[in-house]
Amino acid sequence: MSLSTVEAKASEVPAEDPAVKGIQGRTPLQLVVARLRTDRVAIISIVVIVLIVALAIGAPLIAAITGHGPTDTNVDTGTDANGQPLPPGSAGYLLGTDNLGRDILVRIAFGARVSLLVGVLATAIATIVGVVVGLFAGYYGGWLDSILARIMDVVLSFPYVLFAIVLVSVFGSSLELTILVIAFFSFAAIGRIVRGQALSQREKEYVEAAHSLGAGNLRIMFVDILPNLVAPVIVLATLLIPTAIIFEATLSFLGLGIALPTPSWGNMLSDAEGVGFQAWWFYIFPMMFLLLTTLAFNLLGDAVRDALDPRTERIFAGRRKKKPA
Amino acid sequence: MPDPSEDGDVLVRAEGIVKHFPIKEGIFFKHQVGSVQAVDNVSFEVRRGETLGLVGETGCGKSTLARCIMRLFPLTAGRLTFDGADLSTLSRSQMRPYRRGMQMIFQDPYGSLNSRRRVGSIIGDPLAIHKLASGVERRKRVQGLMEVVGLNPEHYNRFPAEFSGGQRQRIGVARALALHPKLIVADEPVSALDVSIQAQIINLLEDLQGEFGLTYVFIAHDLAVVQHVSDRVAVMYLGKIVEVADVKDLYATPRHPYTNALLSASVVADPDQARTRDRIILSGDVPSPINPPSGCRFHTRCPKAQPICSTEEPLLKRGAQDPSGHLAACHFPVADGEKLASEKATILHTVEGFLAEAPT
Repeated sequence: MSLSTVEAKASEVPAEDPAVKGIQGRTPLQLVVARLRTDRVAIISIVVIVLIVALAIGAPLIAAITGHGPTDTNVDTGTDANGQPLPPGSAGYLLGTDNLGRDILVRIAFGARVSLLVGVLATAIATIVGVVVGLFAGYYGGWLDSILARIMDVVLSFPYVLFAIVLVSVFGSSLELTILVIAFFSFAAIGRIVRGQALSQREKEYVEAAHSLGAGNLRIMFVDILPNLVAPVIVLATLLIPTAIIFEATLSFLGLGIALPTPSWGNMLSDAEGVGFQAWWFYIFPMMFLLLTTLAFNLLGDAVRDALDPRTERIFAGRRKKKPA
Repeated sequence: MPDPSEDGDVLVRAEGIVKHFPIKEGIFFKHQVGSVQAVDNVSFEVRRGETLGLVGETGCGKSTLARCIMRLFPLTAGRLTFDGADLSTLSRSQMRPYRRGMQMIFQDPYGSLNSRRRVGSIIGDPLAIHKLASGVERRKRVQGLMEVVGLNPEHYNRFPAEFSGGQRQRIGVARALALHPKLIVADEPVSALDVSIQAQIINLLEDLQGEFGLTYVFIAHDLAVVQHVSDRVAVMYLGKIVEVADVKDLYATPRHPYTNALLSASVVADPDQARTRDRIILSGDVPSPINPPSGCRFHTRCPKAQPICSTEEPLLKRGAQDPSGHLAACHFPVADGEKLASEKATILHTVEGFLAEAPT
């Protein structure tokens, strides 16, 4: 009897009957989601992030409702009789206006778009580049690893602000350049972790098994090893988003990131320089949103790490709700 | 030595296989300071449809030899032919078509399955790599294979972690079968399993061999298992094959002193017999494969060692009274009925002797 005939004969497999399902094993994803759902901090972080995303998406809507665009200087309604900015709670300006009579709420909403766009896009680019570089370095080892690992070390020890100043002076500041600069300085963080993991994974027997089946190096790297690195990569990427947002704010604050008059939280803070306690709303609100966003992403990152790897020690012990019986 | 007329019968022929792993030092500029001589000048053949057992203690190069046969790394030297094709110097991509004919079962049923992939995808992997089937067709074939090895095909979408050790080893067997190979190299396929599960897997392997005409190279350090499954057995010591014979010859009349010692060390299920039988207790440890002894590698521990043993390496040859397939690499092979006593007394012997001499 040949193998194929046995296989053919065995192929009439009865379909799984949903009515007689016994205990179903849960997939790793289901387990992670289940653990996240019992984590209060994670849920709150997600709610905050969703609200800020909604704010960013709804920015034009807010502009339409208030009637002020993000760059409109409302000379007539946005300033008081002496031409001074309006404090929060003024008619039509929930969070007040700045020294040019621009609506701070609208500017924050549009600033959220910039922050999130930069945070997510820069992280995405950094993650993809970092994973590819780290996988090649860790899997192949040897001289390729030496070169790539040294490059990553150099990037990590680079004075990034100086580098950004040079780039901006050459190319002029823009959203694209900001994203690329942030991605360039962030990929090494992911790349180093991925390299280390790939180094240990390639010695596993399943890699040898794949090799003995005839799998090529690329297939082993991306089909076999990569799924085993998903957990640390997700955690790192989640934690990289707030770093990228802060990075963008720093660059914009220094006038190296998003160019005025396009609002970003960083250049709004920069605008507020020198106003002191008189016009506190210039800087309190952008700062609050910056803090809230980065805090939410950081806490979510910690929660995701806890959920992906239940063995690590919890940062906030006992914050998990009891499971309903 | 192999007879050329038998060639059609031989599936794998290894001639003078050498595998040395370099030892490198230096942070920036690595230079070789030595090498681990894991497999050194090993020749043997595997005949179609037989099971060749490979035994030896930990670190003797069994697994390295298995990986040499599978060409999982380049050979340092030697010639390897599989089904008439010379594989010794093929590159990784040139090897790919030949991998359909030879598959491997691994020792560790946990480490050898990718825990992040579903069982269906693991078993279907060879079909995907060699582009033999996809989609519904692949699923059908994988479920057929699962049935063949005694797994429930409904568990297609489960992860390896949801299976027991024995079931996981069945997954490994199914994966090895997927390409309909001629040769399966099983590297200690049962040593990580419970004894009762070992029997199941061994029976499965034997059934599959009968059903599909497979050829096995079966590596183990459990002599009873090897005796049960093998047609012929090769004994390895420190990177060399020291004795090859049909299984009944090897177990009845072992010629090499090392084989004798190995057989005398195997566990016997009968306690009375275990107490009364003679054990050959070797002195010392296995020498380092980085710097193996000269001449016969076993001479440092051999109870029969003579001066010639440390200078001249014995070749595998047939003893006068042995059948044609029985080869041993020894200057002074053990004769029928010859007793090899332990040279050095063990603690147990010392205590027993002390008690016997003590005045009552």
